[in-house]
Amino acid sequence: MSIPRPFPLSPTPPLSLSQPMDLAQQHPLAEMDPEHPRDTPAVDLTANVFRSPKERAIAAALGACAMLSVVTTLGIAGVLVYESLAFFAEVSPLQFLTETEWTPQFVDPQYGVLPLVSGTLLITVIAAAVALPLGLMSAIYIAEYAPARVRKVLKPGLELLAGVPTVVYGYFALTFVTPLLQQLIPALSIYNALSAGLVVGVMILPMVASLSEDALRAVPRTLADGAYALGATKVEVVLRVLVPGALSGIVASFILALSRAIGETMIVTLAAGATPRLTLDPTASVQTMTAFIVQVSLGDTPAGSTVFHSLFAVGLLLFLLTLGMNLLANAVIRRFQERY
Amino acid sequence: MKRTLLALALPLLAACGGDRASGDGLSGSILVDGSSTVAPLSEAVAEEFMIANPGVRVTVGTSGTGGGFAKFFRGETDISDASRPVKPDEVAGGYDFIELPVAYDGIAIVTNPGNDFVECLTVEELRAIWAPGSTVSDWSQVRAGFPGRPLTLYGAGTDSGTYDYFTEAVGGEEGASRADFTASEDDNVLVQGVAGDPGALGFIPLAYYEANQDKLRLLGVDDGSGCVAAGAATVQDGSYTPLSRPIFIYVRADRTTDPAVRAFVAFYLDNAAPLAPEVGYVPLSAEAYAAARERFAAGTTGSVFAGGSQVGVTIEDLLRREGASDSTSAP
Amino acid sequence: MPTAAPDFDAPDFDERVAARKRRSLVLAAALFLATLFGILVLVTLLVDVFLKGLPWLDLGFLDSYPSRIPERAGIKSALVGSLWVMGLTALLAVPVGVASAVFLEEYAPRSWIFRAIQVNIANLAGVPSVLYGILGLALFVRFFGLGRSLLAGSITMALLVLPVLIIATQEALRAVPSGLRESAYALGATRWQVVWGHLLPVAAPGILTGVILALSRAIGETAPLIMIGAFSFVAFLPASVMDSFTVLPIQIFNWTARPQVAFQGLAAAAIVVLMVLLFTMNLSAILLRNHFERHRGG
Repeated sequence: MSIPRPFPLSPTPPLSLSQPMDLAQQHPLAEMDPEHPRDTPAVDLTANVFRSPKERAIAAALGACAMLSVVTTLGIAGVLVYESLAFFAEVSPLQFLTETEWTPQFVDPQYGVLPLVSGTLLITVIAAAVALPLGLMSAIYIAEYAPARVRKVLKPGLELLAGVPTVVYGYFALTFVTPLLQQLIPALSIYNALSAGLVVGVMILPMVASLSEDALRAVPRTLADGAYALGATKVEVVLRVLVPGALSGIVASFILALSRAIGETMIVTLAAGATPRLTLDPTASVQTMTAFIVQVSLGDTPAGSTVFHSLFAVGLLLFLLTLGMNLLANAVIRRFQERY
Repeated sequence: MKRTLLALALPLLAACGGDRASGDGLSGSILVDGSSTVAPLSEAVAEEFMIANPGVRVTVGTSGTGGGFAKFFRGETDISDASRPVKPDEVAGGYDFIELPVAYDGIAIVTNPGNDFVECLTVEELRAIWAPGSTVSDWSQVRAGFPGRPLTLYGAGTDSGTYDYFTEAVGGEEGASRADFTASEDDNVLVQGVAGDPGALGFIPLAYYEANQDKLRLLGVDDGSGCVAAGAATVQDGSYTPLSRPIFIYVRADRTTDPAVRAFVAFYLDNAAPLAPEVGYVPLSAEAYAAARERFAAGTTGSVFAGGSQVGVTIEDLLRREGASDSTSAP
Repeated sequence: MPTAAPDFDAPDFDERVAARKRRSLVLAAALFLATLFGILVLVTLLVDVFLKGLPWLDLGFLDSYPSRIPERAGIKSALVGSLWVMGLTALLAVPVGVASAVFLEEYAPRSWIFRAIQVNIANLAGVPSVLYGILGLALFVRFFGLGRSLLAGSITMALLVLPVLIIATQEALRAVPSGLRESAYALGATRWQVVWGHLLPVAAPGILTGVILALSRAIGETAPLIMIGAFSFVAFLPASVMDSFTVLPIQIFNWTARPQVAFQGLAAAAIVVLMVLLFTMNLSAILLRNHFERHRGG
């Protein structure tokens, strides 16, 4: 299980007995007869058991740890917003979001972020074209068609694919995929969006496959069996019963995988290029938002300059985009999930 | 969980013991940062120095000439690599520095090996291509007779001294160029780009050309007195103009009390001559190194380049000048 | 496809059934090929890396520092740096992560705050790693003045793996049979006694698996550490947590970006070492899980 499941694919179970039970309230001896109190001990033992200073200290310590996650989010958002404010004091947000030239390091700097966004989008679309269909098909195959022996090989294989570090994928894109593609498309420059997009697609494929497979498995067998009983062929059961039944989970897995593709850094830094360019041409060299952030931090522009602050503005945009997509995936699950 | 921690602790313990023993006497850490052009030389020197002095830890970063100076004058680094002299408005923070040239570098004009119709470009042609607002996008627009092939440009990023020197030498104004070329502080990115792109034209440090001769085609530069190709000889004797320049290290004066820093700088000046050709640079003349050693020994602070990059002056002359600007007289 | 009751006597009934069965077979083949694509890419990647890297891989490679001369270059500082970062990250992240998960599963009242924290953790798991790098750069390197040190890098990585760790631990705790909790409470145990004495030991294998998987993610991460500033020439082993450092993925990044073919081979060799390390970690996670599941009787 190297692919984190950030959301429960089945509806949250009803409150179970793993809930902390406050027995003190229900202690039978506590309130037998108010008029004739029995020999209650001088100290109320139940109070100590659950509310002793030690217990409360432990609970507070554990709670503080849990709060750290909130602090982290506030920290990331806070840093991004704080430094971006310095940026937006120099460059208007409208200019940032609508202008089409990104040349922050030149004599007459332009701060329109659209070239970076288009670079990210281009890579993501290419990745989606690879990962979404192939990932879903792999999920269907593993969930429904694969015999047990084959599944034993395929599942770990996909998990392994998910565990490959992204810098290794970047190496693969630059040293294997690009030369290969250059033989097919001679006009391809060495840094191009196509190579990087394809490899990002391969990287997110296991995520789509794994999450979609979970969603398919959550559909009760009875539905499929009923369809078979009515004489449906396997493809009909799969396409008309299982996939629609698991649709919310599948769509959510798509959204999460795309969010991951948008946030991908190393593959695009190594293989996609460093030229911010507003284009839809996959054979050209482009720069994504993440690659720009890395480039600026590698060159370490002096702190306090507008270029340095532009790093945070781009980061803020990236944060809002990925956060928005993650929340959307959660909403899709909650809203459209079939309850059986 | 305990077992995981134990398993993880073992390599840590092994690592703690097995590092370079500091029985040599010299110990400490030296932070070098700055130009990615000078970095290969600094790394080579650091590598050899650490083999000879295992107790000293030298790190070499590549934040760019400008970025390196910013850290240097905040007191975060000890030595700044620079492929151009420090500018008066970069000097800050009250840190005195000793300016030492360590080698020559040429800026090579390179193109994709498939472009055998061109051998040489004049300085005027380069200026026309790279000027701010230039719309030259095809080889046929560069010179009559060139084939129609899309022209894509590659060059050092604006934080790089290579970029500053190139724009000054070719266009006459430092920092002024068109903005639509692939700019990168990482010269390896540029080499890969030009090598893989059929219509590419780029300017890169000579060192990176010499390390990748099989991938790139070198073009000569004609400044009016004939076509000269970049190379060790033409850079050292000054005939490859205007695109050859000295590269520097700047040492913080207050850090020269540290014996490790003194030893490192001395080692640098003694070994730059043999190591420079190894990494693709051109050594200074012997007297230049001697003058540099004297300058360091005397602790002469300040820069001789008060007005910025000086095109066409010999290093020996410059070293004999006293420092014209230092931190105490900075505006 | 027939929408009303099938008319068995229709003239083309058998043909239509046969056509549907054919379509089913075609789709099955397509699905198989699609699945094979992923595996094929993986195999190609591994074979390519091994072929290019193996000639460069020897004991000298493991024991040498990076160098400008390819024959002399090695991954000693990167490998040790990676182990240091992994160790420190584990030290920081595991206690905090397990504590958070325990709190959320066993202590927290099921209110809207609880729901918000859960959503928050799930979102943090999906935040791009480069943004954690920005946080680390602004907060730990600059604001707290830790510089480009091992400590700054490890704290950043700990924050990065924390969400994944918390989610995995929560799942491990949920998998503990509720009967165990009930009987412990029934015997008068305090909440902490139940957690420490009963739940954690039983959930330990699951938690351990989660820890190993989170760490294997940490060891392959590059972007946050580049932002911290680990990208420089480091030819020594760190002696303290405030020292500069480098890690395997960054060394791979550095060598991959160089155009000389020799460095591509070195990068491949370093990748082989990294993959072996990851494989060992994942294998141990699987073995541990199987071992404990067998002992507990499933």
